Amino acid sequence: MAGGQERILRRRIKSVQSTKKITRAMELIAASRIVKAANRVHAAAPYADGITAVVTELQAAGAGSNNPLLTPRPNTKRVAQIVITADRGLCGGYNTAVMRAAEAEIREHEGLGREYALFCVGRKAEGYFRFREYAIDAAFTGFSDFPLYEHAREIAAVVAGPFERGEIDLVQLVYTRFVTAGRQEVVVRPLLPLDREGFAQDSEGPQAGFEFEPEPERILEALLPRYAEARVFAALLNAAASEHAFRQRAMKAATENADELVLNLSRIMNRARQDAITTEIMEIVSGAEALAATGNADNDRLPTE
Amino acid sequence: MSFTVKLVSPERVLFEGESDMVICRTLGGGDIAFLDGHAPFLGALAIWPVRMKTETGEISFASHGGFVQVGSEGVIVLSDVAELSGDIDVERARVALAAAEAVLGSNPDDIEATSAAQRARTRLEVAQAS
Repeated sequence: MAGGQERILRRRIKSVQSTKKITRAMELIAASRIVKAANRVHAAAPYADGITAVVTELQAAGAGSNNPLLTPRPNTKRVAQIVITADRGLCGGYNTAVMRAAEAEIREHEGLGREYALFCVGRKAEGYFRFREYAIDAAFTGFSDFPLYEHAREIAAVVAGPFERGEIDLVQLVYTRFVTAGRQEVVVRPLLPLDREGFAQDSEGPQAGFEFEPEPERILEALLPRYAEARVFAALLNAAASEHAFRQRAMKAATENADELVLNLSRIMNRARQDAITTEIMEIVSGAEALAATGNADNDRLPTE
Repeated sequence: MSFTVKLVSPERVLFEGESDMVICRTLGGGDIAFLDGHAPFLGALAIWPVRMKTETGEISFASHGGFVQVGSEGVIVLSDVAELSGDIDVERARVALAAAEAVLGSNPDDIEATSAAQRARTRLEVAQAS
């Protein structure tokens, strides 16, 4: 029956419309969170800048020449990737882009005969690499959309241990950098050993006569772990802001798709309804005609004249 | 003569304002006070209150480690965990102090408990000063 098709279509339109309500709500939530997350990225900058400035001064004073966190290893055997993704999907290509970049990075180092180590942040990265049977050293989940400094501290501590023991020679961060609300990019940044060159370029030559208390070497010792934490924290905040931006875009597209789908389905439904009506009229008319043709012959109950 | 003081935590700038004098304690070095025009200085902070004298009175906060940098732009305190006196939960600090002291009673060499006790004492001192 043609009426059955119409009912099915009506039901589908309803389900698409309720899905649209959900995607619209998610879009609005993500949009409001982008602003907050972007503000957190900016709010964290003064600390990172301050720490960088202090490390620069300490280096200018000659400290840290043999600190393991600052010394590049001559012969890299094992490279760690910290892959920062989201805990949830529904954010377009956000997760896959990061994971693909991390996998490419692992391949590249394997090509050079180096082993990999894998630290996953976010449920998506953990699931992805576990499914592909990679050896995961540690996974951190449950805070991808609102990371706190404690989380960065935890990650940095877990990674720094094997690095200091010499089990890992290079640590890289793979995450999505938040440039603006309209632009984010996947980046691979070295974390450990800390980039000595980066400090030298930041300073405009050593400032005269800093006093140190305690001696520079000891300050640096306490400072470098904080510096690594601040770097991880900045990456987490960038990733969180990017996640919200991606989700907002993905949900906006989904809402628009739902609109289009409803439009097309209503068109098909209307046509189906018209078809059903036309068929019904045809049936009635031909039925009446057939009745009239036979009815004329033996009785005249129908008012034909 | 006053100068700018900035208290920066990893998450945000907690405090920014003018001050006449900043007093803090460095690791192993004892207390040190900064006035306007102090020579450039870099120090690692102990778990101890940081006090600032301002025109309107004294502001203090609990700094659990961190660094102090004195330069031409004023004093910048970088602290991983810093709490202004108003944000401190006195009851919690008391409980933490009691718990840490109980641990120290049975094992006086426990490093974790020693710093926990020091943190709690610093918190209480800051809370009571205001």
